[in-house]
Amino acid sequence: MLGEGIAKGLVETARNFFGSYVSRERLTTVQYPEERLPQVEAARNFPFLVYDGDDWKAGMRCVACQICEKECPPKCIFIEKSKDKKPDAVGKPQFYPAVFNIDVSVCMSCQICVEVCPFEAIKMNTDFELSTDDRFCGLLWDKERLSRSNEYYHGIHPTEAAEVDARLAEEKAKVEAKAKAAAENTPQTVSGAASTR
Amino acid sequence: MAEAADQIFVALERWLVGHTPAGVRPVFAEVISVVALLAVFASLFAMTTVLERKGLGRIQNRYGPNRVGPFGILQPLADGIKSLTKEDIVPQAADRIVHFLAPVVLVLAAFSMYAVLPVGRNMVLANLDAGVLFFFAASSVMEVSIFMAGWSSRNKYSLLGAMRAVAQMISYEVPLILASITAVMAAGSLSTVTIVEKQAGYTGILPHWFVLTPWGFAGFVLFMIATTAESNRSPFDLPEGESEIIAGYFTEYSGFKFALFFLGEYIGMFAMSGLGITLFLGGWTAPLSFLTWVPSYLWFFAKLLFMIAMFIWIRGTLPRLRMDQLMNFAWKFMLPLALINLVTTGVWRFLPHGILRWIVCAVMVVVPYILLGRGLAQGWKLKKRVYRFAE
Repeated sequence: MLGEGIAKGLVETARNFFGSYVSRERLTTVQYPEERLPQVEAARNFPFLVYDGDDWKAGMRCVACQICEKECPPKCIFIEKSKDKKPDAVGKPQFYPAVFNIDVSVCMSCQICVEVCPFEAIKMNTDFELSTDDRFCGLLWDKERLSRSNEYYHGIHPTEAAEVDARLAEEKAKVEAKAKAAAENTPQTVSGAASTR
Repeated sequence: MAEAADQIFVALERWLVGHTPAGVRPVFAEVISVVALLAVFASLFAMTTVLERKGLGRIQNRYGPNRVGPFGILQPLADGIKSLTKEDIVPQAADRIVHFLAPVVLVLAAFSMYAVLPVGRNMVLANLDAGVLFFFAASSVMEVSIFMAGWSSRNKYSLLGAMRAVAQMISYEVPLILASITAVMAAGSLSTVTIVEKQAGYTGILPHWFVLTPWGFAGFVLFMIATTAESNRSPFDLPEGESEIIAGYFTEYSGFKFALFFLGEYIGMFAMSGLGITLFLGGWTAPLSFLTWVPSYLWFFAKLLFMIAMFIWIRGTLPRLRMDQLMNFAWKFMLPLALINLVTTGVWRFLPHGILRWIVCAVMVVVPYILLGRGLAQGWKLKKRVYRFAE
């Protein structure tokens, strides 16, 4: 009958109107500065450097191998190696970056630096509220600005961080086993024991 | 006590007028009433803009404006300041005088319609013997102002938009007036005060409103559809909506003049709803006999708010009608139904009171509606295209 469609439409909109006061499904707006939607785990924005423990200088995993600098397509990473060494994530003494700058206004978030890093030192951050009014240095981030703790990494990418931790623990165990084996072998050779081999 | 609350504004006016010298009193009384009407309906306009945006928002699964005041109620203030501070641009080739006068004429015509609406018991600005006639005359001036706007802009698209708007408004005037004539026939007078008084009785608890009769219900529905079209509101807002795509008659207006157009249209909408309430919904009378202690002006504004809510609801639901669909609807559907409704009213008047006249009139309203609806819908089915020369 004429008018039936209109009546059905009116019922639907009335349902929407009253439903919007009671159900989240009928009012899906997230009022941005006051509320935020949680980001999915695979979200990525700009890179950050991971450090283990509390001290960002001592715990930084980056060994300044400069692979990410060479692979970065827009060449936004600038690294200067240090002169001395410090132990890295698995315990071996390695160089570390004296200067590590990323120009975030150039970075295109392609994640290639993350994919090529052999030391699980650089990962993608999800933070997007990065506006600044300093047009020259505001988006040129240095080592300190780029460093985030491993706990933070677990917070934003839990599954990935758990995998990375497992791998690093495995490598560390291997390194330690080798070091123990080497330590066990050394006293025998030093004492010049007899040749029962 | 209820009597005193009901007549409080009348008493207030009399008290105020009593303080003026005797010679000026009639003029002063009118001036006070006019100022009161302007203040009330202008603030109703401000409230409606916010309510509409929030209502439409909720219908569309979002919040409306909610930043300006608590829950966004100070939004009209922000809109007013914005429209006042915008630069007033008049095209170089435009007819300056007519361009300036168009919104002024619109607002004047719209506000003058309130003179004959009885807002409460003994609360009408001008108790004209031909109140309904005056009302329709004033509403037709609104159409002239829209054409003035389109013509003076010296813009092809504005003129087209204005032509379409005027065509729409003229076509819908016919069912509008035919529907109101039924109420005039039933009340026996063109005076709005008399029409309301005729609806002021109660049978049991139910009132004698004209909308509660078969012909009154049909007349009310026709009247409201025609009002929606007269005020260029969705789903009949092709003249306005065209502004989004090409130009409409609004285009060459900026700042305060645009705000005046907006104001004029909404005020016209309120006035026409007010007339609908007066003619069919019993004006200031209460809906049930035991509610007459509530002051009359509160009932009028409650009904007006209800009508505004209906307008907002319809706006949020229906898509816009195309120009040809709109004109077909007016001339092929609403006009025949309005004419049949006139006959039904006469039949109601002359049949004796009782169940017979209810049945006869109900049949006379429902059957043409169904038949006409079915008949017109046949014409819309798409058939296989037949070529005369290409076969």
